[in-house]
Amino acid sequence: MDLVSLFDDVKRMNKRQFLYQLLSFGMIVSSALMIWKGLMVVTGSESPIVVVLSGSMEPAFHRGDLLFLTNYPEEPVRVGEIVVFKVEGRDIPIVHQKNGTIKFLTKGDNNSVDDRGLYAPGQLWLTKRDVVGRARGFLPYVGMVTILMNEYPKFKYAVLACLGFYVLIHRE
Amino acid sequence: MHSVLQRANSILAYALSVLACLTFACFVSTVFLDYVTDANINTVKVVVKNVPDYSASREKNDLGFLTFDLQTDLTHLFNWNVKQLFLYLTAEYETSNNELNQVSKGNGCALGQDHIESANKNITLTLSWNIIPNAGLLPNIFASGSHSFQFPVEYTTSRM
Repeated sequence: MDLVSLFDDVKRMNKRQFLYQLLSFGMIVSSALMIWKGLMVVTGSESPIVVVLSGSMEPAFHRGDLLFLTNYPEEPVRVGEIVVFKVEGRDIPIVHQKNGTIKFLTKGDNNSVDDRGLYAPGQLWLTKRDVVGRARGFLPYVGMVTILMNEYPKFKYAVLACLGFYVLIHRE
Repeated sequence: MHSVLQRANSILAYALSVLACLTFACFVSTVFLDYVTDANINTVKVVVKNVPDYSASREKNDLGFLTFDLQTDLTHLFNWNVKQLFLYLTAEYETSNNELNQVSKGNGCALGQDHIESANKNITLTLSWNIIPNAGLLPNIFASGSHSFQFPVEYTTSRM
């Protein structure tokens, strides 16, 4: 497939068809955004799907595994739940309830100490505000693509450019 | 007719869809299983000490130390969609400030810090576990069966 034949589709398009291609490209982008925002509404979490970025939870979760989160305000946080807070953490060895607000401490399974070193300076406990969500579902390996893309930004831009180019050029 | 790129593309797409179907079947095959089982918990030695706890602050706090017996059979919980169980023991108690306090420890002895007012209250030990699947839901299971005990009113000063 040489370059000339690649652009054949574009050549045969008139203005109207080209605009249609642009529109369908916009549709793809906006529907992806809609699905993400819709998940945010359904789960109540500001980021309903997260990729595990560290090995602190091994052997339960490895790098590149996918976690599905929910964060319903009426569900109290209890001991043993796997919470994701601003960085990425694990279960709650200690839950304290004081003055109506729940305070708790987290620790990674594979870490020998608790997560206080990861909290904001001077912060000893997490509260419900720090929680992004609680892990409810698990899918292995799928997030590896995201990790690859984050570690090699050039690869990410190349893939995005190729995909965008493909959608614009090819007629349905 | 078919270039190498097209063949590779279709093989990849087919392999990915087969994998997705298998993963989903694996998830569906275990989603309705009941993972609850019995656990026998007993405390052997219970003491309270007033010592500095450097994990929270430099002040002296009441620390409860306990030795316990735990008997349970978890082998039948394992199936092809259980990668590992994360076990933890929870000590639950009420204080005048707080309706529900929970302290837990993955293994070894549970340690908690609260005021001496908790000394006479009943403390309940329960065993629970997270099921980490190969793919699927992450349930939190509580074992049926718990043990209640009370901490002594007086401090133990000697070494255990």
